[in-house]
Amino acid sequence: MRKSNAFLVSLFLLLLGFVVTLIDGGVRQHHAASKHEAGIALVRQLGLTDLALFTEARYTRHLSQADLHSAFQDHPSAFEHFPTGSLLPPPRGMR
Amino acid sequence: MLAFLRKQKYLIDYTLASLLRRTGKNLGLLTVYALIVFMLASVMLFAHALRYEAGLTLQSTPEIIVQRMQAGRHAMIPAEYLQHIGRMRGVTKKEGRLWGYYYDSAVKANYTVMTGAQDDAALTEITIGSGIARVRGLTIGDYLTLRSQSGDAFSFKITAVLETESELVSADLLLMAPGAFRRVFGIEEGLYTDLALSVRNPREIAKVAEKLAKLLPDTRLITREEILRTYDAVFSWRQGVVFILLVGAILAFVIFAWDKASGLSAEERREIGVLKAIGWETADIMRMKFWEGAIISLTAFLIGYVAAYVHVFFASVSLFEPVLKGWSVLYPQFRLTPSVDGLQVATLFFFSVLPYIVATIVPIWRTSITDPDAVMR
Repeated sequence: MRKSNAFLVSLFLLLLGFVVTLIDGGVRQHHAASKHEAGIALVRQLGLTDLALFTEARYTRHLSQADLHSAFQDHPSAFEHFPTGSLLPPPRGMR
Repeated sequence: MLAFLRKQKYLIDYTLASLLRRTGKNLGLLTVYALIVFMLASVMLFAHALRYEAGLTLQSTPEIIVQRMQAGRHAMIPAEYLQHIGRMRGVTKKEGRLWGYYYDSAVKANYTVMTGAQDDAALTEITIGSGIARVRGLTIGDYLTLRSQSGDAFSFKITAVLETESELVSADLLLMAPGAFRRVFGIEEGLYTDLALSVRNPREIAKVAEKLAKLLPDTRLITREEILRTYDAVFSWRQGVVFILLVGAILAFVIFAWDKASGLSAEERREIGVLKAIGWETADIMRMKFWEGAIISLTAFLIGYVAAYVHVFFASVSLFEPVLKGWSVLYPQFRLTPSVDGLQVATLFFFSVLPYIVATIVPIWRTSITDPDAVMR
């Protein structure tokens, strides 16, 4: 097989992969409604406010409920020491 | 047209043969290039999908949350505040909520304890999130013992485990009856953690919040809009932080790629001289170099992007998990719904593919317009 043919075939396969990701994204988003229903219903029923992504400290677990000093108030002159704290900004309303 | 295409194929043939003469170097470049695109695309896809997920799921969060503050800290709010608010125009529902945290020293995890659908007739029953069920190895019918504020142990029978579909918001939840919550945490009747208010018309939320701020000066109000904006900002921030961490790697790559693409070696210079001497035109040489840049950058982009898509939406972002987890013992297992922002993909494409092609062509153009005799000498 000529080198250019081999390359064009591989490029076509890669492009096909790229198009498949776009189609897959669209299809899965279309079918995601039922998946999200459970979460949305629970949020409505319990009045949940935050994602359970960062459960290590209370102000990272309930990010939107934390007040300005919560990261530093474990004891006087306490420093924030949880790893997540370094990657999270303070809540929007607090800045 | 056919002649043009045939010519391009010959040029690709020649370019590939030329690239394969330096296999190791070019394969290394392609790998690093694809890895950089993979990292950037992973961060981009992940942050966008999480932002989408948060925006969708938290749409039904309470419109206004009223928290009492004392000495700069969150304090329990008396039930009288509910009467104090009275019948406020626009507020359709108001209720006191009980929730808090429980640190389980057995597995060193923090649980979020809330009062759920159970009434006080079911004081010894509990519903747990699927994250807790996984970490503690519990299932329906098992018992979970919690140590109360006073040191007494309370055993709860697990009557339900929350669905795994909702794990992103419920992995660490413990739901119990209000009476049980008060007993475990030693909270007297007539006190709540905070108040949740429903406002039917979204345009009235700001007005209601303004009235509440005047009526209850010792409270802090959190509106739904603020919660949603917080999550939007969080993921933009995280994405920004990761991008900054990647800047060093990206710059190193840019220098490497620039050097590789723009700095012509003596061998390449001679090659151009020979090509010109045997009759190639400047335009042909530039087309050949365009293909060289396009083959490497397009292949790297496609490999990197497709791999990032698989990483984020099929492998649950396993490479980033340690960073996201931090010290969290309970981490939700979730499969994100793909949400691809076309503009972001286009930006990534233009910033990763085009500069490389330009960097390949410009120095060649400079060399190929000079006399072949001078180039070869």
